[in-house]
Amino acid sequence: MAMRLKGRGIRCVRGGRDIFSGIDFDVAQGTALAVTGRNGAGKTSLLRIIAGLLPAADGTITLDGGGDELTIAEQAHYLGHRDALKPSLSVIENLLFFRDFPGGTPADPQASLEAVGLGAIGHLPAAYLSAGQRRRLSIARLLVLRRPLWLLDEPTAALDAAGQKAFAGLMRDHLAQGGLIVAATHGPLGIDAQELRIGDNMSDPATPPEAGNAADRPA
Amino acid sequence: MTALAALFRRDIRIALRIGGGALVGMLFFLTVVVLMPFAIGPDLATLKRLGPAILWIGAMLASLLTLDRLFMGDSEDGSLDLLIMSRVPLELTCATKALAHWLAAGVPLVVITPALGLLLNLDLSTSLAVALTLLAGTPALTFTGMIGAALAVTLHRGGLLLAVVVIPLSIPVLIFGVAASQAAITGPVPFGAPFTILCALTLASLVIGPFAAAASLRQRMD
Repeated sequence: MAMRLKGRGIRCVRGGRDIFSGIDFDVAQGTALAVTGRNGAGKTSLLRIIAGLLPAADGTITLDGGGDELTIAEQAHYLGHRDALKPSLSVIENLLFFRDFPGGTPADPQASLEAVGLGAIGHLPAAYLSAGQRRRLSIARLLVLRRPLWLLDEPTAALDAAGQKAFAGLMRDHLAQGGLIVAATHGPLGIDAQELRIGDNMSDPATPPEAGNAADRPA
Repeated sequence: MTALAALFRRDIRIALRIGGGALVGMLFFLTVVVLMPFAIGPDLATLKRLGPAILWIGAMLASLLTLDRLFMGDSEDGSLDLLIMSRVPLELTCATKALAHWLAAGVPLVVITPALGLLLNLDLSTSLAVALTLLAGTPALTFTGMIGAALAVTLHRGGLLLAVVVIPLSIPVLIFGVAASQAAITGPVPFGAPFTILCALTLASLVIGPFAAAASLRQRMD
């Protein structure tokens, strides 16, 4: 049975404020969904709701055709803003933990490091990595353990042009192997994806409208 | 099982490497015990009478000092999200983290206790008795403290909340730990009675701590 991620009528309330409501989406096996919207529209919140890290105020999310005994979170990789890397551990030690602990189908760690261009520095403590290299190591986390659903929050932030291109290739491979991707993004992802734009229809007094004149507002 | 072993290895490595917390608690314990004779004065009999209590309070504060590392680091760098998304039940994750924390931060306190006992004019058998009570009691400090550590990251409040929540939970451990130590020196109650209660407190905390901490972490909303 083909996998399909379905969200119906999802509503998110944070700090007593409606962020978004009535969000519907359908992601079929082998396809990607790009979540777009202005800053504060709730892109990250939507990803965290799918990942089970934030409760939805309303609505349901189901993953059809996945493992029956597993929650969506247990079949998903979440690539957030924070890298989840321990500076005192080496690159390979960081990666091996994320192969052995979360649960899924493990893959070869060295091959995963080489796929993101970090093959030569596996022994280095993660403290010495640059922002781009940290992001590459986080991406290697998606490769070293196979899980069908990738939840990516601004995945190409901090990556250079070559890194973005390589990452688009990795996402294409994942989709070709029957994976699903939900990515929050501002820029182009580099792969074919249906777009889900959120946050446009919500009136939001806390932030000025995009075309508004900021100078007229009291500081 | 490999998953838990991987978590255990990771936490131990982080604690023992540079920037980890294993030595901080030991150093603090040493400082408290070394300073105490200067404050109390050179009366050997008084020191000997207060010795077990000083060692216990020092060990308790030292273990409280390092407790916030239990979840704070993982919460700040985003690892906690991934720990929650694992197929390993969160209760087992918490229990494993607490065990690794106790081995890295609690056991060293027990090991240096006989040496610190010398500074307080305790004879070797008394020091060993205190070390034994600490060996039985410090797991309870870690596992009940874990509840406070989990609440602190859930509610985004750091050390203050931790101290306020954890210290009341630690008082029974302190009472029976010191009582067992005193019983080993002077009596009048036999060593076994308070020591057995201390062990019971530890066993209860081993069961309650992981479930309470996991329940707290699941409520995290950020």
